[in-house]
Amino acid sequence: MSTAARNRHPGINLGNTDPHTHAQAEETLFGFWVFLMSDLVLFALLFATYASMIGATDGGPGPKDVFELSSAAIETGVLLLSSLTMGMASIAMKYKEHPTRLYGWLGVTLLLGLVFLGLEAHDFVKMASEGATPQRSGWLSSFYALVSTHGLHVLAGCIWLTISIIQLAVFGLRSEVKLRIMRLSLFWHLLDVVWIFIFSVVYLGGLA
Amino acid sequence: MPTTEGWWPLLFGRLSYDALPFYSAIATAAASVVVLGAITVVALITYLGRWRWLWREWLTSLDHKKIGIMYVVIAMVMLSRAVVEGSMMRAQQAIALDNPGYLEPEHFAQLFSTHGSIMIFFMAMPFLTGIINFALPMQIGAREVSFPLLNSISLWLTAGGAGLMMVSLVIGKFSTGGWSGYPPYTDAAFNPGVGPDYWIFAVTLSSLASTMTGINIAVTIYKKRCGGMSPFRMPLFCWTSLCTSVLMIFALPPLTVATGLLALDRYVGTHFFTNDGGGNMMNFANLFWLFGHPEVYILILPAFGVYSQVISNFSSKILYGYDSLIIATMCIAVLSFTVWVHHFFTMGQSADLNAVFGIATMTIGIPTGVKIFDWILTMAWGRVRFTVPMIYSLAFMVLFTVGGLTGILLANPAIDFQVHNSVFLVAHFHNMLIPGLLYGMIAAYTYWFPKAFGFRLDEWWGRVACGCWITGFCLAFLPLYPLGLMGMPRRTQEFFEPAYLPYTIVAGVGALFLLAALASLVTQLVVSIRRREELAVPGGDPWNGRTLEWAIPCPAPEYNFAVLPIVDSRDAFHAYKEKGTAYLDHRFYSDIEMPKNSMTGVVFGIALAAASFGFVWHIWWLAVLGVLVAIAAPVARSFVLDTTRIIPAEEVRRDHEAWLARLRKLPPADRAVETTPQNRGLAEAAAA
Amino acid sequence: MSAEVEEQEKKRELRSYIVGFVLAISLTALAFLVVAADLQTSTAYVVIGIAALAQVVVHFRFFLHISWQRSTRDDLQLILFTTLIIILMAGGTIWILNNLHHRMM
Ligand code: HEM
Ligand SMILES: [Cu+2]
Repeated sequence: MSTAARNRHPGINLGNTDPHTHAQAEETLFGFWVFLMSDLVLFALLFATYASMIGATDGGPGPKDVFELSSAAIETGVLLLSSLTMGMASIAMKYKEHPTRLYGWLGVTLLLGLVFLGLEAHDFVKMASEGATPQRSGWLSSFYALVSTHGLHVLAGCIWLTISIIQLAVFGLRSEVKLRIMRLSLFWHLLDVVWIFIFSVVYLGGLA
Repeated sequence: MPTTEGWWPLLFGRLSYDALPFYSAIATAAASVVVLGAITVVALITYLGRWRWLWREWLTSLDHKKIGIMYVVIAMVMLSRAVVEGSMMRAQQAIALDNPGYLEPEHFAQLFSTHGSIMIFFMAMPFLTGIINFALPMQIGAREVSFPLLNSISLWLTAGGAGLMMVSLVIGKFSTGGWSGYPPYTDAAFNPGVGPDYWIFAVTLSSLASTMTGINIAVTIYKKRCGGMSPFRMPLFCWTSLCTSVLMIFALPPLTVATGLLALDRYVGTHFFTNDGGGNMMNFANLFWLFGHPEVYILILPAFGVYSQVISNFSSKILYGYDSLIIATMCIAVLSFTVWVHHFFTMGQSADLNAVFGIATMTIGIPTGVKIFDWILTMAWGRVRFTVPMIYSLAFMVLFTVGGLTGILLANPAIDFQVHNSVFLVAHFHNMLIPGLLYGMIAAYTYWFPKAFGFRLDEWWGRVACGCWITGFCLAFLPLYPLGLMGMPRRTQEFFEPAYLPYTIVAGVGALFLLAALASLVTQLVVSIRRREELAVPGGDPWNGRTLEWAIPCPAPEYNFAVLPIVDSRDAFHAYKEKGTAYLDHRFYSDIEMPKNSMTGVVFGIALAAASFGFVWHIWWLAVLGVLVAIAAPVARSFVLDTTRIIPAEEVRRDHEAWLARLRKLPPADRAVETTPQNRGLAEAAAA
Repeated sequence: MSAEVEEQEKKRELRSYIVGFVLAISLTALAFLVVAADLQTSTAYVVIGIAALAQVVVHFRFFLHISWQRSTRDDLQLILFTTLIIILMAGGTIWILNNLHHRMM
């Protein structure tokens, strides 16, 4: 019975499809989950700093001058979609749909991640060209710090995805590789959670 | 001479000959000590031909006990430096009436900044991390921590930060902004030099290391307990370590954010904490103390655990009020997130806001009081043995209560407005940190030393050190209370009020005792190593211990337990001894899988320390290279699949049986001879 | 484990992701539409806030598979504790800095 293998950690549980790795996953994923919580606190403080600086434009541009609803919406959509494809990759890994599907979903996720980063970079360049640089005001400093910390996390996720794909090619579906992909998927989903707050507080809050 | 053009800045950034400390005799002397010390150590290892051994047995080891010991070594080295610095400041203040003394104001400011930063980040944190690392897995009946490689990475990040502090003594000048590094003073506008950068990077490395340690310890406690070790059977030290690691996980991110944003202000020109551009320096104070207050509980809780352990052990009694101690510890941990404003009552927020945080602060006194009573009641009607760790514990209980009471005074905003930034505060926090944290750590060092090296520390020198620490503390810091009430500000290099002088002289004499205490600790170590045959305790149980770490040989084998224990009560080893089942032959042994050595941690730590040095001096190639290597190291490691090593069951059996055979020939030691060479590590209770 | 049971489990997991995705995208669209439609600012804030919190719950429930089940309690407790800390830290920060801000005006 599948229900006999109880869930041991957040995210997709391997359960009876790979009892050996499933047993190992408990400790490894718990550790990673704790790390993610610590990371969330870090983001929370960047948010608090942002919130405390909302009026601190020092005569420079404010949210309504520099944000565009459409590009925020596209970025949000891309990231959300990548969460779904990451989930598909986890399922493909669990049910050993290797190599084609697993590579496919991981590849699509990587692509979406890169598209997201590209869009964000484009936004930043555009803002900077209008004079909205991080040095312009406290508000812009805090905006860039918050959003690019998230961006750096996505970049780290993309590097991690690339390495996972390479390791799949080199080692196949080994326990170690599976555990890494499982952690990656938690990481990726949590970045999307952080993004919910970014688009709600920063973009929508700024434009509403 | 270096110029601002050409190849020099590309290669060496803003390094120049001016960075060398020849501008002052004292700075030159200090730098020489560092350089000569480093050369001596390197020469000695080379002469003894021990490099390979050092690399294989220690630096790359993933054994939690060795990592713990290395942390303690870092802590002791840094302690020596910081105590000397503290004493230099005391000496200055003892002569500073209408007198510029021997320390320039700028140098004095560097001293309290390095002293404070080192004591907190590179003495206290490594010390407690080392002690937890060493003792905790054995106490919960585990062979390893959950993430041994991460452990080594944390160690090497800490070492990298400590190294950066040492380098700052030789190349360039450290920050003068205190251990809290408040902007705008530390912003580029007022402090363009390298000082604040050294502070930022050293502290950030330590902060990242501690976050990871916290994760590692918490997960170890959650997932690695041996059979039967339910949470409420864990020794109290494990509980306090758990709370400390939870605090590390959640309280260090604010520090990382604070130093990170300050670095952006300095390097990129953003406006987080600047005077202009919409910056808000008050947010730095807020972020820093969001970390800073929980930090003081990170520092004190492990010491509380040690005291609980020591008091119960040397009173030969089960800990009184175990549950209440756990609840109190958890209350303290949660409450510690609700009081940070008391560090900046005077910043200008409304009285109502201050009142909320003032009241929250006072409530922490309640769980702490509960603990003191529990310890007293543990001793009551027990047979108390006045060994060195126990003397520290008794001194702690008295002195810490005094410090706690002054803390309650400071929690009242109206009082805080009077004594804020005076030496009253200096007296208060040293009163918590020296009798609280430092005595606890030295007690732990004395208590667990035999488990690490196989022999006890010399008792007489231990007592001398203990006496000096207690006398020294009382003389050096208690006068600061009246002095603070008389209005003497902290961080003062020279003063003009004659009434201060008698007190600062007494405090200066106290500093001499503290130096003597440090010297006694060193002497104790040397003497003990010389007498190691006499002091050896191969039986493994020198103190008639109660918890699992005493059930195994001294020094503990790499795998800790030949066969993983199964417990059915609190104070499990004590129960085994009562039942006469402490030293049984096991029927079955199995292969033991242990982590192989890895150089990933070493490379990672050194790379990030080098990158930090590059950032400090604007040597951009070094900064980029360091970061790239630091990323590459764990990535490369993830391609290594063969990470563990098997210790065959046969070998385990052989070693274990040899130990048991030896143990059975040892003379059981009565507690009356506990501190004499007759104590071979077999307690009378077990032999009975 | 029989292939059939495995097939069922897979279907369930697939469904979880798809349902989660649909819910998340709807909540996102709602929040964006409120802003695009130029609603009154305070109403917009309320809707955006509720949509965001709801979406967080959706992500945790459907993507991260956190539930009230016994087996995942540890993780849930951790999330709740983290939430508490975040409320204390972020809420406290905003409270303090706003208070200071007003007193300087
Ligand atoms: C053992 C002997 C010690 C001596 C002689 C000593 C002495 C001093 C002195 C003279 C100051 C400057 C006070 C002032 O500003 O007027 C100071 C500051 C400080 N000490 Fe100690 N101290 C000792 C131990 C410790 C310990 C064990 C810790 C922490 C674990 C510690 C942490 C600090 C901190 C955080 C500061 C504040 C630095 C600043 O102003 O930014 N000290 N100490
Ligand atoms: Cu505090």
